[in-house]
Amino acid sequence: MKAATSGKKHGFLYDLKTNRVMWLMILPVLIFFFIFSYIPMAGVYLAFTRFSHSTGLFGSPFVGLENFRILFNQGTLGYLTKNTILYNIAFIGIGNVLQVTVAILLSRLNSKYFKKTTQSIMFLPYFVSYVIVAAFSYALFNSGTGIVTMFFRNLGMDGFAPYAMPGIWKYIIVIVYLWKNIGYGTVIYLAAITNISDEYYEAAQIDGATVMQQIRYITIPLLVPTFIILLLLAIGGILRGQFELFYQLVGNQGQLFTATDILDTYVFRTLRVKFDVGLGTAAGLYQSLFGFILIMVVNWLVKRKHEEYALF
Amino acid sequence: MKIKKSRDEIIFNVIVYPVIALLTLACLIPFWLIVAASFTDNSAIMIDGYKLLPSRWSINAYRYIFAAPMDILRSYGVTIFITVVGTFSGLFLITMAGYVLNRKDFKYRNKISFYIYFTTLFSGGMIPSYILMVSVLNLQNNYLSVILAGLMSPFLIILMRNFMKSIPDALIEAAKIDGAGDFKIFTSIVIHLAGPAIATVGLFLALGYWNNWYTPMLYLTKPKMYPLQYYLYNILTAQQSAQQAGVIVEGMDTFPGEAIKMAMAVVATGPILLLYPYVQKYFVRGITIGAVKG
Repeated sequence: MKAATSGKKHGFLYDLKTNRVMWLMILPVLIFFFIFSYIPMAGVYLAFTRFSHSTGLFGSPFVGLENFRILFNQGTLGYLTKNTILYNIAFIGIGNVLQVTVAILLSRLNSKYFKKTTQSIMFLPYFVSYVIVAAFSYALFNSGTGIVTMFFRNLGMDGFAPYAMPGIWKYIIVIVYLWKNIGYGTVIYLAAITNISDEYYEAAQIDGATVMQQIRYITIPLLVPTFIILLLLAIGGILRGQFELFYQLVGNQGQLFTATDILDTYVFRTLRVKFDVGLGTAAGLYQSLFGFILIMVVNWLVKRKHEEYALF
Repeated sequence: MKIKKSRDEIIFNVIVYPVIALLTLACLIPFWLIVAASFTDNSAIMIDGYKLLPSRWSINAYRYIFAAPMDILRSYGVTIFITVVGTFSGLFLITMAGYVLNRKDFKYRNKISFYIYFTTLFSGGMIPSYILMVSVLNLQNNYLSVILAGLMSPFLIILMRNFMKSIPDALIEAAKIDGAGDFKIFTSIVIHLAGPAIATVGLFLALGYWNNWYTPMLYLTKPKMYPLQYYLYNILTAQQSAQQAGVIVEGMDTFPGEAIKMAMAVVATGPILLLYPYVQKYFVRGITIGAVKG
């Protein structure tokens, strides 16, 4: 900005004037992110206040780090962080292995028709809303009529009621996540495989390499960059959580929270159930910082080994 | 690649075809289940639970829904309204932004890209956004809140910019030399060449709006304003808690409650399933290009 006042040719104001049409064209986007992303960032100030109805939202007293202290002392942050991390490791780890495997298998099949049909169907779950996922889950697990529930009851386990068993929801949530996202990752990996030149495989075949050897020594190493990009994207996603997945599957079933509560669902409840703005914002800020630091660290690690794959 | 199959290739195929077929089936079964359940007689569901094949067929659930279709038609209307307005507005702004960010002679394009990208790295969280929308902008029970919340995302803007890279710079240069203004270049050249990009980003936006239940839950409190997915969510959860606890609600035998839930889910997903075969390829292209490093 300073340079502009000196009237130099390449100042910001000069650019604003000469390229005013382009600035106008991008202005709505700049304003949009300013209002809906940057102003809420300033709103994390609320994490350092204690909400009081009498003084209103913006007159609430400043309490420093007290909200964080409360969260920490209750043990809330501990178990929420643990759940969030473990779920995301399962999502990212198992998810990528499954997607890579399916993509590789699909790429080796000869029947174009079979390949296309199966890929399309596997991509289908990505397109339905999580409310529909909740409908599926209801049809499978609810205690009066769910198909899985009835199956186990018919086997003689009369008391089988998934909604009263926190333990199995860990697996259900991970399986539903894999189900919903298998197509998305497969599409990306398959595109990357298609870009691998046939010559590598032909040369390997001449040398007598088996199918498994070709996959092991050609396909997988060449998928590493794609994997790193998806990994970095997924780590960025921890910040946004998987609120829809957890909320639609578990909802307000309090008896399942110990096994299924993550930072997002906790923040949501502080807002909707308790309207404890200070505490909720503090938990949200903790999540944001946590995600931010995590992605910085991973990006730094990637950059050290493979500069070209890093995000920035 | 070659005609003759080696032994290991045959073994590979024998194992892989069934594995892929099973995975595909697993992706399909839930859809099959809700369709089958929606056509099952409610009392049969109450006795045996949901089945993959109806033990007794019935279209009562659909009859019931369409006997008094006002609620579902209204929520359909709301969803269509939000989807159309949101998609077109968002698409227009994103396309312009993608064009500007791809203009090599726009000096600040990298800085602006980072300004947009940074919002994916750090955010204020759910509560400050909620307070901004409800207490500061006063948009509770206003569709604008739902439309604004899904209007654009860094992913879609970067996707649009990556798409635009395929438009030759020389074309824009030439138009500039001919005296076309920056906006004129956009409307008369770029829009016409960016067809697939616009279709892809538009479909992503439309899918987001169509499937959205989360921001309506946050910002809309009047049941008459609920869009389709949130309306469905409320139907699903209405007696769900009682059901899950194993309590059978009185009068359930005459009211096809269990079948209706599934029929509602079918009605709400129908349009997506019908359009899916035609639009799928745009999403495939979109996420393939979007996954390229920004």
